[in-house]
Amino acid sequence: MTEERFDAIVVGAGMSGNAAAYTMASRGLKVLQLERGEYPGSKNVQGAILYASMLETIIPDFRDDAPLERHLIEQRFWVTDDTSHTGMHYRSDDFNEPAPNRYTIIRAQFDKWFSRKVRAAGAIVLCETTVTELALDAAGKVIGVHTDRAGGVIHANVVVLAEGVNGLLGTRARFRKVPKPEAVALAVKEMHFLPEEVINERFGLTGDQGCVIEAAGTISRGMAGLGFLYTNKESISLGIGCLVSHFAATLESPYALLDAFKNHPSIRPLLAGSEIKEYAAHLIPEGGFKAIPQLFGDGWVVVGDAAQLNNAVHREGSNLAMTSGRIAGEAIAAIKSRKHPMTSDNLSLYKAMLDKSFVLKDLRKYKDMPALLHTNSRNFFTTYPQLMSQAAQNFVRVDGTPKIEKERATTAALIKARSRWGLVSDAVRLALAWR
Amino acid sequence: MTASVVRIEDKLYQNRYLVDAGRPHIKVRQHQSPSPNLLALTVVCPAKCYEVNEDGQVEVTADGCMECGTCRVLCEESGDIDWSYPRGGFGVLFKFG
Repeated sequence: MTEERFDAIVVGAGMSGNAAAYTMASRGLKVLQLERGEYPGSKNVQGAILYASMLETIIPDFRDDAPLERHLIEQRFWVTDDTSHTGMHYRSDDFNEPAPNRYTIIRAQFDKWFSRKVRAAGAIVLCETTVTELALDAAGKVIGVHTDRAGGVIHANVVVLAEGVNGLLGTRARFRKVPKPEAVALAVKEMHFLPEEVINERFGLTGDQGCVIEAAGTISRGMAGLGFLYTNKESISLGIGCLVSHFAATLESPYALLDAFKNHPSIRPLLAGSEIKEYAAHLIPEGGFKAIPQLFGDGWVVVGDAAQLNNAVHREGSNLAMTSGRIAGEAIAAIKSRKHPMTSDNLSLYKAMLDKSFVLKDLRKYKDMPALLHTNSRNFFTTYPQLMSQAAQNFVRVDGTPKIEKERATTAALIKARSRWGLVSDAVRLALAWR
Repeated sequence: MTASVVRIEDKLYQNRYLVDAGRPHIKVRQHQSPSPNLLALTVVCPAKCYEVNEDGQVEVTADGCMECGTCRVLCEESGDIDWSYPRGGFGVLFKFG
């Protein structure tokens, strides 16, 4: 092994690493992929929703054999207070198309499948191998990696850091900093198993149709956060995530938060009788565009969560990971085909290509959203949801109060909670950040 | 907030781990009294790996760790803790993820 030199070493077998390894191997590059888990996926946690078009670009016929759970036909956005939810649901028969747009997946199974494709494309995949350090030459160029296996440095022309949100190698090499507590969310999740028919009945689904609920409001207890419920074939993924800085400031317990969400009167009946088979926790990059670190250097590029490529507003991450991995792979293959060295200058091609893709365009669009939502979390995640619930209840409850008085009460509650100026300024700031 | 007591042990019991006995991947630096962030870990760690001992110091038992990195984000830069990945193949092994 140590005598060999690879065109590329990919560290990590998640979405971005698999996309990069597959892209390079299928273009004839000699690729070694290193994964610390027992099998690809054993360390990976996601909700999880798969966006088809980004995978289709990499593996056009993935629907033939990928382990997909359900294709999504309904999306429910909920704003919750302690006893209610106000919802906007979007359900469309258009999503029952021959090549559906979104699927739920179970990552441990999906990642094993993706890894089989990577190996079939010609990459060598080595599991149960933790990369402990990058190997650098005297000039600071990355020339390979050290692992916890015997045998010294493994050499490569370029190292693709697909090491996930906790990417230790990049921070130890000082390519980027440890993410700030205000730039990552801690999400906790449980897998609730139920018979397929029960899930279908509870959500009004047939066959492999799926439904997603995303909920914000008092469930996050004033923290910036989001709860989710995803239907898989025979299970429901239920989770909630909030900013780490807010957890530290409020001293809320993540699993107590998850249990309260589970017991919310709108959620509890959907899970009744389920058997829980796993509890997982994971960090999600939330810093957006402004948190993106240096993406390339002499002999290295960074992709996926390690590069903080996550669109918190649209709750997209794995598709940005896959796309950044693919683009890094294409850039490296292009540089090699020109017989150019893997210098920082040449690898800047990766950043240039990423700039032109939806990845950085989307993140740039929402660059001011994290700061807005994170610094006004109590208004956006507690005050407004409570007001919305009150307004909805005022509207639907019939008790002999004249309607004009009900409307006045709703308006007065809004002004009392946030003041006229506060309401206008929240609306303007939200509009500007969304623009 | 909720009346029900959540037992984290019951949650972690569902998970699969291969514990690297004698080689913890997280270490807490020696201290007299814990920093606010280190103390916060006793509540914020989703696997409740951190606990205050009789002398008021924070200790870690990483056997149930899900390798999320919350403690790293809060306490690595200050030097309160030292955080590495477990050796290859060890640690949490998600069945579903």
